[in-house]
Amino acid sequence: MEEHQVSFKLNGKAVGVSVEARELLIHTLRERLAHTGPHIGCETSHCGACTVDLDGMSVKACTVLTVQCQDANVLTIEGLEQTAGLHALQEAFHHEHALQCGYCTPGMITRAYRLLQETPNPTEEEIRYWMAGNLCRCTGYQNIVKAVHSAAKKMAAAPA
Amino acid sequence: MITSQFEYHAPKSIPDALSLLGKFGDTAKLLAGGHSLLPMMKLRFAAPAHLVDLGKIAELKGIAQAGNEIRIGAMTTENGLIWSKLLAEKIPLLVEAARLISDPQVRYKGTIGGDISHGDPGNDHPAVMLALGASFVLNGPKGERVLPANGFFLDTYSTQMQPDEIMTQIRIPIPSAGTGWCYSKLKRKTGDFASAAAAVLLRMQGGSVADVQIALTNLGATPLKASAAEASLRGKPLNDAAFAEAARLAMSICSPGEDQRGSAEYKTAMAGEMTQRALRTAQARAK
Repeated sequence: MEEHQVSFKLNGKAVGVSVEARELLIHTLRERLAHTGPHIGCETSHCGACTVDLDGMSVKACTVLTVQCQDANVLTIEGLEQTAGLHALQEAFHHEHALQCGYCTPGMITRAYRLLQETPNPTEEEIRYWMAGNLCRCTGYQNIVKAVHSAAKKMAAAPA
Repeated sequence: MITSQFEYHAPKSIPDALSLLGKFGDTAKLLAGGHSLLPMMKLRFAAPAHLVDLGKIAELKGIAQAGNEIRIGAMTTENGLIWSKLLAEKIPLLVEAARLISDPQVRYKGTIGGDISHGDPGNDHPAVMLALGASFVLNGPKGERVLPANGFFLDTYSTQMQPDEIMTQIRIPIPSAGTGWCYSKLKRKTGDFASAAAAVLLRMQGGSVADVQIALTNLGATPLKASAAEASLRGKPLNDAAFAEAARLAMSICSPGEDQRGSAEYKTAMAGEMTQRALRTAQARAK
């Protein structure tokens, strides 16, 4: 079976991989490009642990083929940390105790990042509605919602 | 979970996509948003030898008004529908339904054309299309044909669309001003298919029903148009007895399968409840 040469931008850096058509983006990121921030949870596009940002969309990397990402811009949790330190969302998840086991956290934060790009000042209802594609099996949702809210306020006060 | 081996094709135009379908016949499958097909392939329920990805064909995306109808490119995503100011103004029923489909990440990828042409009775757009009186533009080797939603859905995973055709556009007549609407969906959790759902469009005149459309999701092998329930309401005032009779007639055409969402009796009862709720909400929104 023919391999495909796929090049895209990962957290701002150009990368290239040679993959079978059936390779899923989550496997390329974790196994070829050593970006293990996006996690493999359910593998059935339910849990959101593998969420990454693909051309300005939050997607579940277990349900995207790497060959579909030619020339794309991919952002993972690794790309959120900034030179000045943690991203406002990472800080907020820390301060609000928005993680217990931490397994869902990279997906949660990457999803919240896109949500705040689209809706910089969300209501609690909007946060709950637009974060509903990410499951936390520790059920720490209250603090996750609080963290997204507090990051939104911080980012509005000092836009990055 | 990894799919079987396949060859991937990403045509840039509709003619290129059609010629790939012509070349590979029924060993090819069209890839739209991929959130039904890829999971089926990962579970090895499907193993096409060729995937023809429609994602790079720009002309398949977009929402525009043409006279008295709205035309939606088949590859327009669910979030694209949700964020459309034109749809919010002209066809709020479609926006309400799209907001209840799956979850945010899936809605960035999932498309209206994929949802319709997959033929899954659990998908939400088919019943909404029946209620709206939509039609579908299919492009094939013999050219273009336009089919009404009513009659398009034949059985589970079976529609009038042929393996050598591509759905390119969805055309929806704009409901007249003042029409009430509601998509009432019962689901166990975010991301689930409907246990039962009802789409309603309602036009009132002088306290009586001028016209009403009712269609049901996931209550049989195809979406169901509740024609007898509609007929029972036309020309009459709305009251508890009218709602109950419409619900009874809607329930009488349901034949849902039993699964983790409940028994056939439960789902049928919920079909009645969703019909009543959708009618009441549509009445409150009608002017």
